Amino acid sequence: MIKKVKKLVKDFGLSEIRAGMKITAKQLVTDKITVQFPEERTPISPRFRGLHALRRYPNGEERCIACKLCEAVCPANAITIESEMRDDGTRRTTQYDIDLFKCIFCGFCEEACPVDAIVETHIFDYAFESREGSIIDKEGLLAIGDENEKAIGQARAEDSKYR
Amino acid sequence: MWQAFVDLIHQLIPWFDGGLADVVIILIKGVALILPLIIMMAYMTYAERKVIGYMQLRIGPNRVGPLGLLQPFADVFKMMFKEIIFPSKANIYLFLLAPILAFVPAVAIWAVIPMGEGFYITDLDVSLLYVLAIGSVGVYGIILAGWASNSKYPLLGALRSASMLVSYEIVIGFVVVTVVMIAGSVNLNTIVSDQSGGIWNWYWIPLFPMMIVFWISALAETNRAPFDVVEGESEIVGGTHVEYSGMCFALFFMAEYINMIMMAALAVLMFFGGWHSPFEGVPYLEAWFAFVPDIMWLLAKMSFFLFLYLWIRATFPRYRYDQIMRLCWKVFLPLTIIWIFAVALMTQLEIGPWF
Repeated sequence: MIKKVKKLVKDFGLSEIRAGMKITAKQLVTDKITVQFPEERTPISPRFRGLHALRRYPNGEERCIACKLCEAVCPANAITIESEMRDDGTRRTTQYDIDLFKCIFCGFCEEACPVDAIVETHIFDYAFESREGSIIDKEGLLAIGDENEKAIGQARAEDSKYR
Repeated sequence: MWQAFVDLIHQLIPWFDGGLADVVIILIKGVALILPLIIMMAYMTYAERKVIGYMQLRIGPNRVGPLGLLQPFADVFKMMFKEIIFPSKANIYLFLLAPILAFVPAVAIWAVIPMGEGFYITDLDVSLLYVLAIGSVGVYGIILAGWASNSKYPLLGALRSASMLVSYEIVIGFVVVTVVMIAGSVNLNTIVSDQSGGIWNWYWIPLFPMMIVFWISALAETNRAPFDVVEGESEIVGGTHVEYSGMCFALFFMAEYINMIMMAALAVLMFFGGWHSPFEGVPYLEAWFAFVPDIMWLLAKMSFFLFLYLWIRATFPRYRYDQIMRLCWKVFLPLTIIWIFAVALMTQLEIGPWF
């Protein structure tokens, strides 16, 4: 009986409802954790695997020696490489395409590369305007590398002591 | 001031023996009511997204204009330019009639809602009955929309709403009876002027449980969370709104929000002294706040109730359908009937300043 009366008082006193509304009222005035994306960005690990890039040596020579290890290791078959002998006797790529629709961003190409030519940058907010745009060719990759060389180098340096 | 305005119109349009002038005055009154109402409704949607966002630790719309303040207009333009899609085997006449039938009553109710001392469209002697009567017409819009869409989910939503709205109308009717018993009138103007004289003269004290019952029923009447089984996004996609797009959907949307504002106004008028200042009879404070026009008090009190709508929506999960019915028939209805007798007793014994 007393239990019933207690429950009745509790129910008609709207205690549960008041407790719930107190919580939301508290949330209303707490600091918001939203990150305003284009203006603010969350911190990114140096190991972050984003858009690909081809790097160059400081003297401007491209690093890639067309060993095709990345093409071999790529689990998604996203990389296509054609190579030729250059006049100075070194082997270089004539074609280096990455299909970003196929790519699963596993980072194996980066791991396989003996000369640190193909790397994955911190760029993740990119878009294509056509289906063909998903394939980045050698010029595009080198351009991305040239643009972000500083950030790429810094990320490698930060991560190097754990490798 | 209003009389001077009426005279001016009569002078400007001297022909037709004032007949045309009266029509013009009615038109102007209507526009003067509906425009602010639509703007209020638009910013209600903004406030809803903002407040619920804040309660969920987000910040809500903030891209269109400073603080996202132009968001409602962006929504309006989006709605206006969207195509209205007709389901192939729907009854197009009823399909188009439904949003109109939902929207028109929602606005028509405002004809009798007084917004200040002598500030109203019509002073109807049975205004509270008019509100109840027109308010129940809005149900047909939803039922018709569900049936005319010729689709499963809208029909389910319509069926849910039909019985729910009718049930909670009964509760609201009984709550109104208690208010009428105290005020001795069904005229909203009289009910409000009967509450003059400070916060202790408002009806929320003798009718405190009725106020809560009224508010919860108002949530159900306007199909708001936690009673939004009509829409039930997670169960029946969007209920009656599923097949509607563009301005047809916008009309339903506007009807819902105008009804919300109406319910907030009704709660203030019936329980919280309408346009009366809460400082009436308080020394000093009354004089300090004497400059505030009475409509501001009404709007301030309404804003609290509108905020309560959002607060409740952000807090509670949706009721199960049978629980909604249980709450209505097994809890609210007995409670209101008991309170009717309690009020009758209080009226006979003349307790407090209310009777």
